[in-house]
Amino acid sequence: MKTIRLLLCLAAASPLMSCTHVKPWERGHLADYTMRPARDPLTDSISEHVWFTREAFAGGRGVGGGGCGCN
Amino acid sequence: MNRRTFIHSTSALLGSLAAAVSTSSFAAWRQGMALPDLSAFGLEGTLPKLKGKVVYLDFWASWCAPCKASFPVLNGWQQQLAGKGFTVLAVSVDETAQAMQGFLKKNSVSFPVVRDAEHKLVAAADVSTMPSSFLIDRKGGVRLAHTGFHAKDAAPLEAQIKSLLAES
Repeated sequence: MKTIRLLLCLAAASPLMSCTHVKPWERGHLADYTMRPARDPLTDSISEHVWFTREAFAGGRGVGGGGCGCN
Repeated sequence: MNRRTFIHSTSALLGSLAAAVSTSSFAAWRQGMALPDLSAFGLEGTLPKLKGKVVYLDFWASWCAPCKASFPVLNGWQQQLAGKGFTVLAVSVDETAQAMQGFLKKNSVSFPVVRDAEHKLVAAADVSTMPSSFLIDRKGGVRLAHTGFHAKDAAPLEAQIKSLLAES
């Protein structure tokens, strides 16, 4: 029983070991153009239009800007 | 492991998780503290003489859009106020000198720019966002910490700079 509890504790703690904070000054790679989920503004606006037409609302696709978390 | 130990270890685990999530203070440099000696951080480039000057120390990166928006404003301050004992000091946190130079080629500026290649200085300041800037008075004390950059920030910052320049 003791061993099982200990193993459970270790299993619960294990994800924390892989957690790391990307510092604001290390976000160069995240802000890169290639990190954007969609890179074609025209396709974006077309799908946004289709979305709006079908669902009667728009937006909610995340915040503005790249992945740099600036401002 | 008895029940008490189990509860203690679980609460310690949750506590460390909460501590990891809540480390979001704005910056380590606060109003009233003295600016550390910048020559001790292995910055690339030539540091200007800062003694007796009002300094706008700006952490920026070539990949940061608001930094790009701030540069013309900073350059305007430099041209307007350099003669009165003011300087902008831009500290790039770009990973490569090439990225920084490429940006500066497109956005030429008249203020000094250095690169914090090892991220020692920016880690000491521990800023929470890019860009982040600090206003330093003539005596070398941090007087203002500012985060991000919006066009509307320019006028109050300029007023602050001018009031620090008016101090002896």
